[in-house]
Amino acid sequence: MVATIVEVRHLAKSYRRGGQIVPVLNDLSFDIAEGEFVALMGPSGSGKSTLLNLIAGIDKPDRGELRVAGLDITTLSEADLADWRATHIGFIFQFYNLMPVLTAFENIELPLLLTRLPRRQRRERVELALDMVGLSDRMDHYPSELSGGQQQRVAIARAIISDPLLIVADEPTGDLDRVSAADILDLLDRLNRELGKTIVMVTHDQRAAEHARVVRHLDKGELTDGESTAKTV
Amino acid sequence: MYFPKLILRNALRHKLRTGLTLLGIFVAILAFGLLRTVVEAWFAGAEGASSTRLITRNSISLVFPLPIAYQDRIRQVGGVVRVSHANWFGGIYVSEKNFFPQFAVDPKSYLELYPEYRIPPEQMKAFLLDRKGCTVGRKLADIHGFKVGDVVQLRGTIFPGTWEFVVRAIYDGAEPATDTSQFFFHWDYLNETLKRTVPRRANTVGVYVVGIDQADRAAEIGTQIDRTFRNSLAETLTETEKAFQLGFVAMTEAIVIAIQIVSFLVIFIIMAVMANTMAMTARERMAEYATMKALGFGPARVVTLIFGESLAIALAGAAIGIFATFPVAEWFATKVGTLFPVFNVSQETVTMQLAAAVTVGVVAAMLPSYRAARVRIVDGLRNIG
Repeated sequence: MVATIVEVRHLAKSYRRGGQIVPVLNDLSFDIAEGEFVALMGPSGSGKSTLLNLIAGIDKPDRGELRVAGLDITTLSEADLADWRATHIGFIFQFYNLMPVLTAFENIELPLLLTRLPRRQRRERVELALDMVGLSDRMDHYPSELSGGQQQRVAIARAIISDPLLIVADEPTGDLDRVSAADILDLLDRLNRELGKTIVMVTHDQRAAEHARVVRHLDKGELTDGESTAKTV
Repeated sequence: MYFPKLILRNALRHKLRTGLTLLGIFVAILAFGLLRTVVEAWFAGAEGASSTRLITRNSISLVFPLPIAYQDRIRQVGGVVRVSHANWFGGIYVSEKNFFPQFAVDPKSYLELYPEYRIPPEQMKAFLLDRKGCTVGRKLADIHGFKVGDVVQLRGTIFPGTWEFVVRAIYDGAEPATDTSQFFFHWDYLNETLKRTVPRRANTVGVYVVGIDQADRAAEIGTQIDRTFRNSLAETLTETEKAFQLGFVAMTEAIVIAIQIVSFLVIFIIMAVMANTMAMTARERMAEYATMKALGFGPARVVTLIFGESLAIALAGAAIGIFATFPVAEWFATKVGTLFPVFNVSQETVTMQLAAAVTVGVVAAMLPSYRAARVRIVDGLRNIG
C-alpha cells in the first residue's frame, strides 16, 4: 500500500484585498500519495497556486489541517517552518528565481548551506545534480548567460539538491518555449519515475498536465471534478 | 565565505548606482573630516595649553597693559616657580594677508616656561645674545622661507614704525600639535625703543606667563596673584592658560558651532541618500529575499545581506574619504597659512569619520531590512523587482 504523503483536511484560505476579504480556498480536502506526480489545474483565481503555497509551507491556512509526512505543518512556528522547508521541500518557480550574482553551481549549492555538509561533499552533490540536469559544462555560468530552459534546469537541480520529500512546481514551463518546456517536463517525469520524487505541479497548460499521473481541477477554491488520471503508470 | 561573497557581488551589481553612492559617501566623509579638523584647529591653542601655566592680564581687558614691576611681586606668591612676560606686537610682514602671531618676550624665562619649543643650543645662544634677534617657528619659516641669518622687517601697527629683526633661531615643536607659527623677539628691544619714542607706553607688558609647581593649585595661586594687585591701578585677572585660550575661542563660538552643525548635516544628507539607495535596492530584490526565505533561510540571513551590503558600500566610501582627508588637509593648511597654527587630522577625527560611516551604513539599512525580514514569502515572490 502506497503511503499518503500529503493530507489536506478542510483547508480554507482567504486574502484581504483593498479592505475586502476574498475567499480563495473553501473547505478543501484531498490526499497525495508518495511518489505521485500531481498536476493542479484550474482557471486563473481558482486557488491552485494558493494551495501549492500552503502545501509547500510558505503560507498558512485560515482553517484546516495540512499534514505532510504525518506532520501537521500548520502548527509549526515560522522558524520551524523555515527549517522544515529546507529539508522537505524543493521549489521550482515559474520565473526560476535564481540569484543573478551566483553561478549555476552556487545557486544549486545554496540550499546546502543550511546543512552541516562540508564543502567537499557539497561540491560532490552539486556536480551530481548538474550532471542529472545535463548542465555540467555550465556550472560557472551566471543566470544571465543561460537560456530560459537552462535556468529552469538549474532551478530543478537546486530543488532536488537536499533530497526533499516533496517537489512543488508553480507553472514551471510558464516562461518557456515549447521545446524547452518539453525538456523540463521530461526532466520532471524522470525525477518522478526514476527517483520516485513526489511532485505537485500547478499548471494551466494541458500539455504540461499530460506529463502528470494525476490531475486535480480547482475552481473557485474547490476541487470540482475529483481526481482524474492523466496517464496510466 | 558564501555570504560575504554574495554581499560583495550584490554591492557591485549596479556599478553606476554603487559608484555614485560611493562618491557621495567619499565626499561626505572627506568634508566631515575636514570640518572636524577645522573645529579642532580652533581649539588647538587651548589643547596645547599646559596645566602648570597661568596667564595674568589686566582685569579690565587684554588691551590694557600691566606694569613690568608686577613681575617680582608675582614671583613671590607661594607656588609660583617662574614668571615671564609677553607683549602682543601685531606687526605686518609685507602685507596684511601674511598674518602670524608676534610676541615680544623675555626670551630666557619665556622659553623656559615653554619647553615644547625646541631650539638647537647654538641658535638659542645666538638668539639670547642679539637684542634684535628673533626666533620663528618651523611652520612660519617654511611658509615665508625664513632662514637663520635672514633680516625680517615688520611694519608696526600697535607700535608704529618699521622694525627690523634678524632670524637667529628656528624652533620646532615637541609634539605635532605644538604651534610653530609664532614669531618671538626680545621684549627689551621693544621697551628700549618705546622709551625713546613713546615713553608713556614703556615698561609695560601685555600678559605675564606664570609657571606654578602644582596644577591642582592653579585656582588658589591665581586668586592669590589677583589679591596681590586688588585695588591697584591695574588690577589683574589670572586664569589657566587653557581658560585664557578658550576665551579667544569663545569670541568666535558661533562660527565654531555653525561649522559643527554643518559637519553633522553633511552626514545626515548622505545618510538620506544612502537610505534611498538601499531602499531601491531592497525593493528590487524582494523576490530574491522571498526565494531565500522559501528555501529555508531565516529573516536574519536576509537582514545580514542588506546590512552587509550597506556597510560594505559605506565603509568603502569612508576608507577613500579618510585616506583623502590627509592630503586635502595638508593642502588646506598651506592655503590658510598661519590662520590655523596647528592643522592636523587627529586620531579622534578619523575615529569619528569611521563612526559616521558605520552609522550611515546601519541607519540606511534599517528600514529595508525590516521590510525584507517581515515580507511574506508569497508577497515577496510576486514582486517583479
